[in-house]
Amino acid sequence: MGTIWFCLVAFMIAVYVLLDGFDLGAGAIHLWVAKTDEERRQVLASIGPVWDGNEVWLIAAGGTMYFAFPALYASGFSGFYLPLMIVLWLLIVRGASIEFRNHIKSAVWDPLWDFLFCASSLLLAVFFGAALGNVVRGVPLDASGYFFEPLWTNFRLGEETGILDWYTILVGVLGLLALAMHGALWVQMKTSGAVSSRARKLAGQAWWGVLAFTALVTAVTFRVQPQVKENFTTWPGGFVFPLLAVAGIAGVVFELRRCDERKAFLASCAYLTGMLTSVVFGVYPMVLPARNAVYSLTVRTAKAGDYGLKIGLVWWIIGMILAAGYSTYVYRSFAGKVTVDKDSRGYGN
Amino acid sequence: MGQALDVHRLHFAFTITFHYIFPQLTMGLALLLVYLKTKALRTGDEHYNRAARFWGRIFGINFAVGVITGIPMEFQFGTNWAAFSRAAGGVIGQTLAMEGVFSFFLESSFLGLFLFGEKKLGRIGHWLSAFLVFLGSWLSGYFIVATDAWMQHPTGYRLGANGAIELASFWDLLLNKWALWQYAHTMLGAVQTGCFVMAAVGAFYLLTKRDEIYSRTFVKAGVLVGAIAALLQLFPTGDMQGKLVANHQPVTLAAMEGLFESQRGAPLAILGQPDVEKRKLDNPLEIPNMLSFLTYRQWRADVKGLSEFPENEWPDQIPLLYYSYHVMVGLGTIFIAVMVVAALLLWRGTLYDSRWMLWTLMLCVPLPYIANTAGWMTAELGRQPWLIHGLMRTAQGISPRVAAGNAWFTLIGFMGLYTVVGILWLFLFYREIELGPEPGAHPRGEDAAVLAAD
Ligand code: HDD
Ligand code: HEM
Ligand code: HEM
Repeated sequence: MGTIWFCLVAFMIAVYVLLDGFDLGAGAIHLWVAKTDEERRQVLASIGPVWDGNEVWLIAAGGTMYFAFPALYASGFSGFYLPLMIVLWLLIVRGASIEFRNHIKSAVWDPLWDFLFCASSLLLAVFFGAALGNVVRGVPLDASGYFFEPLWTNFRLGEETGILDWYTILVGVLGLLALAMHGALWVQMKTSGAVSSRARKLAGQAWWGVLAFTALVTAVTFRVQPQVKENFTTWPGGFVFPLLAVAGIAGVVFELRRCDERKAFLASCAYLTGMLTSVVFGVYPMVLPARNAVYSLTVRTAKAGDYGLKIGLVWWIIGMILAAGYSTYVYRSFAGKVTVDKDSRGYGN
Repeated sequence: MGQALDVHRLHFAFTITFHYIFPQLTMGLALLLVYLKTKALRTGDEHYNRAARFWGRIFGINFAVGVITGIPMEFQFGTNWAAFSRAAGGVIGQTLAMEGVFSFFLESSFLGLFLFGEKKLGRIGHWLSAFLVFLGSWLSGYFIVATDAWMQHPTGYRLGANGAIELASFWDLLLNKWALWQYAHTMLGAVQTGCFVMAAVGAFYLLTKRDEIYSRTFVKAGVLVGAIAALLQLFPTGDMQGKLVANHQPVTLAAMEGLFESQRGAPLAILGQPDVEKRKLDNPLEIPNMLSFLTYRQWRADVKGLSEFPENEWPDQIPLLYYSYHVMVGLGTIFIAVMVVAALLLWRGTLYDSRWMLWTLMLCVPLPYIANTAGWMTAELGRQPWLIHGLMRTAQGISPRVAAGNAWFTLIGFMGLYTVVGILWLFLFYREIELGPEPGAHPRGEDAAVLAAD
């Protein structure tokens, strides 16, 4: 039961990264790919009707983790107290900047929200990357099952870790690059004209960064978290996950050269999925590794009672089928390239 | 630890109270939007569609703020209440996760379609999207209320290994009788907020002599639905909630009523200030025997006072609890009076011309918000000192490693951010009302022209 839910929670987080990843990425790059008000509204229109639904994946994944692995939720969230609160503030600012911008047209109103939208998206991408880095590196859990991490200590990977150290910063940068590429690929697919071609160019540039950082981070990860190596040696079948990531990243350049916008975006999805599943595979059966391995939270020690998990499986499956249904419907009704008329307030009515 | 506990409590109280300003209007308006769309469908009268679009824009702004303030709520269980989450997550995580999976996906997907897809969807499709938004928001209300109800009156659980509280019966959790009554009462409160807001906007237009047809529609919808909700709020739902509290949390009832000594034929205090030190109510204005009657339907029934219970089971904020309860009930009575009189005037056909009633409707807007907040404060303060009634004390629930200083830091951060968000919300809200349901009819420079193109 525990392992099933481990996979399901990982699945929900992966969907969250794929979906909200493109709107975060779009936010992070939009100041550079869109210059005029009309162009900016194109970018907003490309994510407007879907961003909230994408963010619901975060909430639903959080809720699912809460009931399936209460101990993980409790120690993880209270241990990452400060960065999580900062993430929440960024989400608030970002939500406000998407929803409020188009209500008023003014020379001070629009640029302010554009800036906040870009800054919050950018920082969120870095924070999410760093969060993943923290989980892989391990946290200072002790016998009580709790920990508390300050934002930084001395940037080294000692016993007293901070949220930010050289390793998590590396992962954070990779997070930003990968989501910027992902977002740029989305924007080039959903928009037209100058925005689309600038986004395509940007995706190509980001690609090099993603490639370099992926190699670097992968190399150091094997040293930082020994479990990863152990898992890949014990079950070599697990190499399909990193292979998927490699295929994905190769696919991105290939399809960009061929100018197939949809396939390039899908390849980037494959890359992200491959990376995330590799991590998940690498740390299993731990759900939250500790710096001192005996205190690590594992699937078995963190999970909730079996009765609840079984019942949960029933409604979860029903709920996911419904959710997949609505999402498909929404994405289909907003399919194709977006258009904004010069005069309308565009998205945000 | 005492200090950290207080900050965590304040942190939760502040963020949830702010969050709840928005969902109450969302849920209330969702019902009224379905009403407007149904009218449009049945009468074919285009002005109902424009009215729905107007309220849809307001709904959109309000919803956005509800979403951004709601996300922190979900996370706070883990960040600030880790010990509670670890112990009870297997139970209350169920309803919280179901809220995400069943209602937030529904709401967010169809709200997008409702706001931007009217042309594509057609008449029936657009009605349906309004209905699904309504369904989503009301389902969300149910799951969250069921979560809270379980904390007030835990059912369907068993104690597992090392203190974990495990789910034992899914249906007992979901169909907790406390949850059913609490839900009915809470939703009526939300409907009243929606009705007062709609009626007030209508009254404002009537008093300023603009948008005549719309203003009548708004006042009529607000008053008709609002009168029904106001009555149901008192009876049977409020009454029933009171009985549940009397039966399951007798200390809470005594504290809510400011009843220090047990009494046969207990009076109902209308006014008076509780003095906890001296254990008496100052300046009481009481209706004799009324409390006994309301709780047990017998004029001479025995009602237990606070002194019957050990002091460590008393709620720790008795005066605040007492006032919250009295403010809620007092306002509830006023709402009934206002809405019923307005409904009578409507029936006699004089409502739209009676300026004093329109003024009253317009000025009542803040009151349902106050009543809803006071109601939640009654429920949550009344539950103290328990976090899960009878199972876990509030002091045992906080995150053991999050120091008071860190909690203050984030609390102050939220206060600052929410102040800005609140001001923006009021500002955008007022602008939509200024622009009105027929954009272009009230030219105000460039903005109006921009809107007209929609
Ligand atoms: C417009 C809002 C509103 C109005 C006018 C009223 N209520 Fe209320 N009340 C609520 C909004 C609310 C609420 C916000 O929905 C609460 C908070 C938690 C809950 O279950 O519902 C609540 C809780 C609540 C409780 C439970 C407290 C607890 O759980 O400890 C009782 C006994 C009442 N109400 C009784 C009444 C009575 C007798 C009213 C007389 C008219 C009344 N309410 C009006
Ligand atoms: C929107 C309506 C709500 C309001 C206005 C509200 C208000 C409050 C207030 C004022 C407190 C502080 C009480 C104190 O510490 O003395 C509190 C605490 C709390 N409430 Fe609520 N509440 C609401 C809904 C909920 C719901 C739906 C839940 C559960 C899902 C919940 C769970 C809690 C928890 C966990 C605490 C902290 C522990 C405690 O102090 O008891 N609340 N709430
Ligand atoms: C501790 C308690 C609460 C938590 C954890 C919580 C969580 C959330 C979250 C995460 C959202 C955003 C959903 C999205 O992205 O679409 C939200 C919005 C919403 N919440 Fe809450 N909430 C709480 C209290 C309440 C209460 C007491 C009610 C009603 C009785 C309520 C009703 C709603 C509704 C209807 C929405 C939709 C957005 C809106 O109405 O503005 N919530 N909530």
